[in-house]
Amino acid sequence: MALLLKGGRVVDPAVGLDRVCDIVIDGDRIAEIGDDLTLAKGTTIECAEKIVMPGLVDVHVHLREPGYEYKEDIASGTRAAAHGGFTAVACMPNTNPVCDEGSAVRFIVERAAERGKVRVHPIGALTVGLKGQALAEMGDMLAAGAVAFSDDGEGVQNTGMMRLIMDYAKQFDAVVVAHSEDEALVGKGVVNEGVVSTRLGMAGWPAAAEDIMIMRDIRLAELTGCRLHVAHISTAGSVELVRQAKAKGLRVTAEVTPHHLFLDEEAVTNAYDTNVKMNPPLRSAADREALVEGLLDGTIDCIATDHAPHAPHEKALEFELAPFGSTGLETALPLVITNLIATNRAAWADVARWMAINPRAALKLPEVRLEVGGVADLTVIDPEAKVDVTAEFFQSKSANSAFLRATLLGKATEVFVGGRIALRNGKVVD
Amino acid sequence: MEYRTKATVMDAEAISRAVTRIAHEILEANKGAGNIALVGIVTRGAVLAEVLAEKIREIEGAEVPVGTLDISFYRDDLAIRLSPEVHRTDIPFDVEDKDVVLVDDVLFTGRTIRSAMDAIMDYGRPCSVQLAVLVDRGHRELPIRADYVGKNVPSSRKERVKVYFEQTDGRDSVEILERADGGDE
Amino acid sequence: MLSNRHIIEMSDLTPDDIMLILDTAESFKEVNERRIKKLPTLRGRTVVNLFLEPSTRTRTSFELAAKRLSADGINFSASTSATVKGESLVDTAETLSAMACDLVIIRHKYAGAPRMLADHMDAHIINGGDGMHQHPTQALLDLFTMREKLGRLEGLTVGIVGDISHSRVAGSLIPALRMVGARPIVVAPPTLLPARPDVLGAEVATSLDDVLPELDVAYMLRIQMERAEGMPFPSVREYANLFGMNSARLAKMPPHAIVMHPGPMNRGVEISSHVADSPRSVVLDQVNAGVAVRMAAMYLLLGGDASGTAA
Repeated sequence: MALLLKGGRVVDPAVGLDRVCDIVIDGDRIAEIGDDLTLAKGTTIECAEKIVMPGLVDVHVHLREPGYEYKEDIASGTRAAAHGGFTAVACMPNTNPVCDEGSAVRFIVERAAERGKVRVHPIGALTVGLKGQALAEMGDMLAAGAVAFSDDGEGVQNTGMMRLIMDYAKQFDAVVVAHSEDEALVGKGVVNEGVVSTRLGMAGWPAAAEDIMIMRDIRLAELTGCRLHVAHISTAGSVELVRQAKAKGLRVTAEVTPHHLFLDEEAVTNAYDTNVKMNPPLRSAADREALVEGLLDGTIDCIATDHAPHAPHEKALEFELAPFGSTGLETALPLVITNLIATNRAAWADVARWMAINPRAALKLPEVRLEVGGVADLTVIDPEAKVDVTAEFFQSKSANSAFLRATLLGKATEVFVGGRIALRNGKVVD
Repeated sequence: MEYRTKATVMDAEAISRAVTRIAHEILEANKGAGNIALVGIVTRGAVLAEVLAEKIREIEGAEVPVGTLDISFYRDDLAIRLSPEVHRTDIPFDVEDKDVVLVDDVLFTGRTIRSAMDAIMDYGRPCSVQLAVLVDRGHRELPIRADYVGKNVPSSRKERVKVYFEQTDGRDSVEILERADGGDE
Repeated sequence: MLSNRHIIEMSDLTPDDIMLILDTAESFKEVNERRIKKLPTLRGRTVVNLFLEPSTRTRTSFELAAKRLSADGINFSASTSATVKGESLVDTAETLSAMACDLVIIRHKYAGAPRMLADHMDAHIINGGDGMHQHPTQALLDLFTMREKLGRLEGLTVGIVGDISHSRVAGSLIPALRMVGARPIVVAPPTLLPARPDVLGAEVATSLDDVLPELDVAYMLRIQMERAEGMPFPSVREYANLFGMNSARLAKMPPHAIVMHPGPMNRGVEISSHVADSPRSVVLDQVNAGVAVRMAAMYLLLGGDASGTAA
């Protein structure tokens, strides 16, 4: 079925496009881009006053299936992704059982094909069971469809093991997504070590626990020649380390979450709200500013949400007992628009780079370019739409968002995945 | 809420004479100062108790033990409001088998005296509990009566009857106060 | 009446609230000295001690306080509470709420638990100690004792010695001292200090001997000897040598200065037996003050609260 996207401002820096024009989609490809286009037969979608971009992708998402379907599953998680404006997600392996072999990857690929609303790219584990002790079958997982590897949630503690992993991954030129956390320094910490940990009487862990591991991983990447992607960067120190690594020409990329960009440790108040308990924790105001600077100057390549759904009974526990994490798929784009576009700190082309072009490049996903013959993965954004973040707003099974009760500006209204309409007028298409 | 004095019903001389008479009555009813103890209810009841003790000393040459009692913790209306100020209770003698004379400035609904009796009982078992007040303004809500009364002052519920002492207020007088705007309580 | 429905952390109270509690506690102290230690003040009110961390002293103190005010006191301790069977704190709160309790005193292993209760119940909440966060009634009874022994609070220099980073007692005492115009100094090796002691509002010293001549009060904290991860000081002997209160150190303090301890004491570690038993140690006065101060806190929280009681 043909589709005509009429009158939107089409933005794709990869092909040098930023103007109002029309796009025709035929089947799963872009058929035509031009002015005053018409369709003999098909559906016209009005995009006046809206932004049309290459489909957004979130490369750090926890879909929780298999094993934790009560929090989220591939069906609900991809609904949430579509609602948030994404055409694809990459999902982390800390499921139950862990995704550490080909059959587990195949399960996700097949499940997604049958129930997913958007594309799902599995990230396999670095080590068996995420235990950090034995290499997982990267070759087999890649053959089954894995796109990268990570021990997200744990972080590989043993330096020798991380070196072995990077050496092994190098043969596939696979990307190692590092969750950088020195557990010995973290101890029993539940918040950033500093003002808030002192005031609220809880154990904290210092920024150094992340900086030290990132420094280690960058040196190992240099030693082995492996591609390194730093997950959820959160400190000023880490940003500087990535900046230096890039200056040296190393193949290091980094992602940052919206909650680290737009919140700091003062969000953890004496209300002890567990929705702001995350790993890495919300850091100081200075760290936050450094993250925003790092994103704006290109040190940080992309935005990824670390979408971490948890059930209400799990988050309604004492702060120190509650699991870490906040959902993020459905608030990421509104947060970026509200905090960076509406304040004129960034342009739409930047958003396309952070949320569509660079994440694909970082994880070696196939490019999506708005050109004739390109795959029809597109996101249409209404920059003026108001978003009230309430439990009812979410398509996700879980509502543990750090941004509950916020009012945001801007959201996706249409999402096309290979020419199929996944989101229409802001509603997921069933 | 502004109040103003409507009438002065006792001046310093009248108070002095009434107190002298009460002292005599206490001594007469109890056949001397031997077994009595005075317990004044803070604040002005305590002042009055000291004055009575002084009078008894003049009349009989006897020292009568004096204590002060704050009934804040025994009030029956704690659920509605807390006492604005809590003072110390000081009963420096054994209440056991004594004839305790409670002393207060104004007897009104009787609730304060009910609380005071409960408090005294928590200190021991007196031989008797008697009540001396400078003013009885009526409007009892409980079956309480005074044994010794300085003056009966009929009043309406809208009015306030206040006793002022030199020691606490800079003058000795008993006054009836009414609302400045003439409205109801 | 107090500014807040709950006493969870010191910032729930204003300096006026603190003085009101201390002044009211004076009257209750008198009650605790007479033969019939009972007042009808909180008759018919229900007070629950939800102690999910073991404690005999604090719990008994609160229990006595409630009973002496004629309230109905119930104890939930860690072993009898359904939490051992896996009931969440939220469910416990809602269960207690359904039983129409007026006041809950909670002691819990984790910071933030009293706040959780307050969010899920109508009852007034007193924090009896939450994790490493705060223990406000301890700070209040400490202030009472200081005022009783030294005649004032403003301008006092108080040295708080020991494991500050893990101490909820310090967490409340430091802001409390600031609020009444006193000067708190924390004294500890760096391994026992929190990340940002400046945030608490105290001066920091790592040598006890240096500050002794200035102190009006030496407040010794209990050192935890049982610890899972690495001990933050090499040995008890070293700790006692550097930070323990003993007779020699006592002599270096001004003659009027007193020694305090929240209890229970590790004799020979943070305080020598000699000092613990000397007249300069006011530990038992603190305990005595504890019941009176807690009675005052309960009276001021529950009195004047029209819900559920007929005049």
